Amino acid sequence: MNEVVAERLGSGVAALSAIGVRDLDVCFGSDQPVVALDKITFDVADGEFLAVVGPSGCGKSTLLKVLAGLLAPTAGHVSLRGEVVSRPRRDIGVVFQSPVLFPWRSVMENALLPADVIGLTGPAITSRTQALLNLVGLAGFEKRYPRELSGGMQQRVGIVRALVHNPSVLLMDEPFGALDALTREIMNRELQRIWLEERKTVLFITHSIAEAVYLADRVLVMTPRPGRVALEVRVDFPRPRPLSVVNTKEFGAHVARIRDVLDASGGIE
Amino acid sequence: MTKGLTGWSLRLALIAALLLVWEALTVLLKVPSFILPAPSQIFIALYRGLSTGIYAEHILVTLWETLLGFALGATLALVLGTALALSRRVEYFVYPLIVMFQAMPKVALAPMIVVWFGLGLTSKVVSAALVAFFPLMVNTVVGLRSVDEDRINLMRSLAASHRQIFTMLLLPNALPYIFAGLEVAMVFALIGAIVAEFIGAQAGLGMLIQSMNSTLDVAGQFSILLILSLIGVSLNSCVVAVRRRVLFWDRPRDLLAPSSTSSGRTT
Ligand SMILES: Nc1ncnc2c1ncn2[C@@H]1O[C@H](COP(=O)(O)OP(=O)(O)OP(=O)(O)O)[C@@H](O)[C@H]1O
Ligand SMILES: [Mg+2]
Repeated sequence: MNEVVAERLGSGVAALSAIGVRDLDVCFGSDQPVVALDKITFDVADGEFLAVVGPSGCGKSTLLKVLAGLLAPTAGHVSLRGEVVSRPRRDIGVVFQSPVLFPWRSVMENALLPADVIGLTGPAITSRTQALLNLVGLAGFEKRYPRELSGGMQQRVGIVRALVHNPSVLLMDEPFGALDALTREIMNRELQRIWLEERKTVLFITHSIAEAVYLADRVLVMTPRPGRVALEVRVDFPRPRPLSVVNTKEFGAHVARIRDVLDASGGIE
Repeated sequence: MTKGLTGWSLRLALIAALLLVWEALTVLLKVPSFILPAPSQIFIALYRGLSTGIYAEHILVTLWETLLGFALGATLALVLGTALALSRRVEYFVYPLIVMFQAMPKVALAPMIVVWFGLGLTSKVVSAALVAFFPLMVNTVVGLRSVDEDRINLMRSLAASHRQIFTMLLLPNALPYIFAGLEVAMVFALIGAIVAEFIGAQAGLGMLIQSMNSTLDVAGQFSILLILSLIGVSLNSCVVAVRRRVLFWDRPRDLLAPSSTSSGRTT
């Protein structure tokens, strides 16, 4: 049941994967340890879009924190381009579940936060930020403040901010979880468009099976207590994928297969 | 617009009515003016004090003591509050002392402060600073600690230095708390200065009240109370004005407004 069902490991993975996770264990607490992650192993190829689905509490956010260098693993290790991650790195962009904007910074200033921290200044970074804001449909909102934006717009600023310093890897933790279904679909389509333009390696965490299958090249299905990878599904729809792809038979088959695994382990949500 | 105007005239009418009733009662009941002076007597005393220039000198003294005390107390509160919030070790050693001090009514120290620092400006500044210090220090600590964990994670994920996390996140995040503390500290500084003047001083509004008390000039004392509350209100609105400019993103008052787009509101 908990065996990794590796469908097909990409040919170039052995060379230098963008993200490598090896026998990763994370336990919380000492007297009554909670095993959040148990022997997780997987790779993400350069430029690949990987989605991770799983029910609440299966360790998705924990995995992301380890990859971002915010949390030290109990055992095993993760690496980025072959380098073991031991602390935060600047070639990673992180998008959190909530937009996490600073209310005292305008949209432009929020988007430029990584540049300010890293010390990137000058016209090049400003024009890149402007181009990204245009790409997500926020042209004309540069001088607005977060409280003047809708939830979806705020989340788009968060995505731009994660891309501004041109990281090679993008980590996203349920970025659209707080949005309504309609906005969420639109954001999915936009994220795909951004990804097709920027070609980052993406690790995308979500509760939604449909969202994972729509967006990803490959979906990892995790089950809780202890957090394990139960299934790996490759999704081969041509890109750009129209939103109507969700109505196809193949899409339904992928969703059903993932749901079966999750149901067997206690269900999602 | 008219709504605002009628609001204002209603307020003024209410105050005028209260003063009239007060005036009438003191006359009808023949209350002696050393017990409760009539409003007219208070305004006469106020006019006399101001027109002869006697009050002006004392107002300046008290104002100067208050502002210096506020500056000193606020500086210490910000520095120590920051140290407490950022360093567990400082907190461990200093916190018990602070709790002890916090529980004590600071004005009870005023007599000793006057003995230690003399009848001049210094003792008033020290007393004002001491009273102003605590509310701001507590707010500084709470403000710096009230930061959202996701925001910290965001900064850490960018490999930000401690200094960057402080200046780009912790400090702006704490500013609403710090300004609330500054508002209280300003009014408290005035109290601290007046109390020290009561104990012993050569000038200042507090000293003036004391000397008027010995001559049973109650109308004069009331006129000074009026001045003191005006000083308190204006000092407070100075802080509020600065807060409005600095904290343009934080408008807690607007939460109560029916619509955020309307600007012509009366509060
Ligand atoms: N700081 C912590 N201390 C103790 N236990 C923790 C901590 N963080 C997470 N856990 C535990 O680890 C497990 C996994 O948590 P995690 O936040 O990674 O789940 P998740 O898959 O992201 O869930 P969700 O979908 O609800 O966000 C949970 O059982 C949680 O209780
Ligand atoms: Mg999570």
